[in-house]
Amino acid sequence: MDITQYFTDYTLRTITLGTAVLGAICGMLGSFAVLRKQSLLGDAISHAALPGIAVAFLITGAKDSNVLLLGALVSGLIGVFWIRGITTKTHLKTDTALGLILSLFFGFGMLLLTYIQKQPNANQAGLDKYLFGQAATLVESDVLLMVTVTGISLLVMLLFWKEFKLLLFDKNYAMTLGFNTKFIDGLISFFIVLAIVIGLQTVGVVLMSAMLLAPAAAARQWTNRLSTMVILAAIFGAFSGVFGTAISASQNNLSTGPVIVLVAAVFVIVSFLFSPERGIIFKQIRLIKNRRDLQLKKTLYFMYDIVRDHDDISRPHAIRILNSFQGFTKKTLSKLEEKNWITIQGQNWSMTADGFETAANLYNNNIPES
Amino acid sequence: MESKIAVAVDDLTVAYNYKPVLWDIDLSIPEGVLMAIVGPNGAGKSTLIKSILGIIDPIAGSVAIYGKPYVKQRDKVAYVPQKGSVDWDFPTTALDVVMMGTYGSLGWIKRPGAKEKKRSLEALEKVGMLAFKNRQISQLSGGQQQRIFLARALVQNAAIYFMDEPFQGVDATTEIAIINILKELRKAGKTVIVVHHDLQTVPEYFDWVTFLNVKHIATGPVKDIFNDDNLTKTYGINYKVAVQQ
Repeated sequence: MDITQYFTDYTLRTITLGTAVLGAICGMLGSFAVLRKQSLLGDAISHAALPGIAVAFLITGAKDSNVLLLGALVSGLIGVFWIRGITTKTHLKTDTALGLILSLFFGFGMLLLTYIQKQPNANQAGLDKYLFGQAATLVESDVLLMVTVTGISLLVMLLFWKEFKLLLFDKNYAMTLGFNTKFIDGLISFFIVLAIVIGLQTVGVVLMSAMLLAPAAAARQWTNRLSTMVILAAIFGAFSGVFGTAISASQNNLSTGPVIVLVAAVFVIVSFLFSPERGIIFKQIRLIKNRRDLQLKKTLYFMYDIVRDHDDISRPHAIRILNSFQGFTKKTLSKLEEKNWITIQGQNWSMTADGFETAANLYNNNIPES
Repeated sequence: MESKIAVAVDDLTVAYNYKPVLWDIDLSIPEGVLMAIVGPNGAGKSTLIKSILGIIDPIAGSVAIYGKPYVKQRDKVAYVPQKGSVDWDFPTTALDVVMMGTYGSLGWIKRPGAKEKKRSLEALEKVGMLAFKNRQISQLSGGQQQRIFLARALVQNAAIYFMDEPFQGVDATTEIAIINILKELRKAGKTVIVVHHDLQTVPEYFDWVTFLNVKHIATGPVKDIFNDDNLTKTYGINYKVAVQQ
């Protein structure tokens, strides 16, 4: 498939738009899930949605995607309530509750799916697309639904931004200020469930949580601001959708959902390696640099110890007296000179006023470094 | 001075899983005192503060702030939680955390503006953290994080301050800075209630003290009731040696 066809093909355009919007909303709401330390909640919800789809089909007997997603929404929400109930009413921890609900609902959903498949009715074929998702079945009305849901959740997020941030950072404090934390908490959970449900058709029950977590985890690496994190996560999510769709469209028979998730995973890997502040590579480089820097400062401090016994700080001292000190080399001396902390004349060094002050404040934590 | 009662606790009982944490607490705190709540681990000190603030639902009992229920008096109360109760890796800055202190008076949906920012910067200055206003909060030391929490409460401009172990894990400089601010608050007529662990500093820092160990043991001026008898009742062992200086 060539590039012009990509932009003119109506079906492909619909799918691309759908996966982009889906990626954006998932990234946006996923940020909240990650910051609430409820990364696995998405996984539990998406699995919990499966029996809802099956039950909705059994009741209506039709494969109208809106009806099926409504079923998914209901059973996803029931899952969330049960998880909450288990964690508040019993001694079980959240991870246990998530695991229980996930496997219980998924097991029940699978049971219903196999039962439906045994029915002598030709209509049931294709329900299993909700397991792994099938972007190719996206039609205009599906995308319209996604855009509507995204618009609403964006509006709610902007409206309650302050409340969301407060709740995520310090829930007890939010309570004392008079905010109804149960309402805010419920609102966030509701929109996370909504985002998951509208993604089921495209990405599927099994991989859906990756759509929620991967863009958010990647975005966290690049910023220390909540607003930037949410925007970045939405962008990463949208690009994962677009690239994933493009890749799967250019290669025959590559299913779209998994490719989108893999693209999102690439965003995560790149972010974890290369982000300037939190990335592994730059962290390692900084570590090595800091060690060298520390070595240098150690030498400087040793010199400072010698110098401060004299009235004149710039009085020359023999380089030889440093030899007993480990870690001193010609290189460190020239580095120190480069930084203008010392000057070297022949076999002697003398400290500058700048170097003296640096050494004196070396272990003072109360002065913020620029 | 002891004319008005700032906080009145009546028959307060709290339990986690059948085991009482606070048992039938009656407590009156007069306006304008700087009071320590002391007691051993598990005595329910934090729980007492949290139940007064409505974070924990008590099984029985009631709390009155200046004679009215807490829900009607929120604007008169500020809270400094334990530093360890939040995730300091949260993507936000020191100034942003302090601004959260203005959210209560703003109410739902309304965003903080220039006025709120100015007040927050003033609070940051008061705790000596203005130079760190744009710092990501994970890059602050424990003492600095505690100061940020204090600044957030100062922004609330309340009449009563509840603080949960504000001296925990902070260095001497920060401890002195914090206690000076607390003493300033008292001078301005505010009531300050602090969960405190270091018995040695109680007479030096506070003018009132409450002894608590699940049950309420005693409340009163430090000079009257901070004695061996009450310490023994609270901690179960003789503390004479520890507190005599």
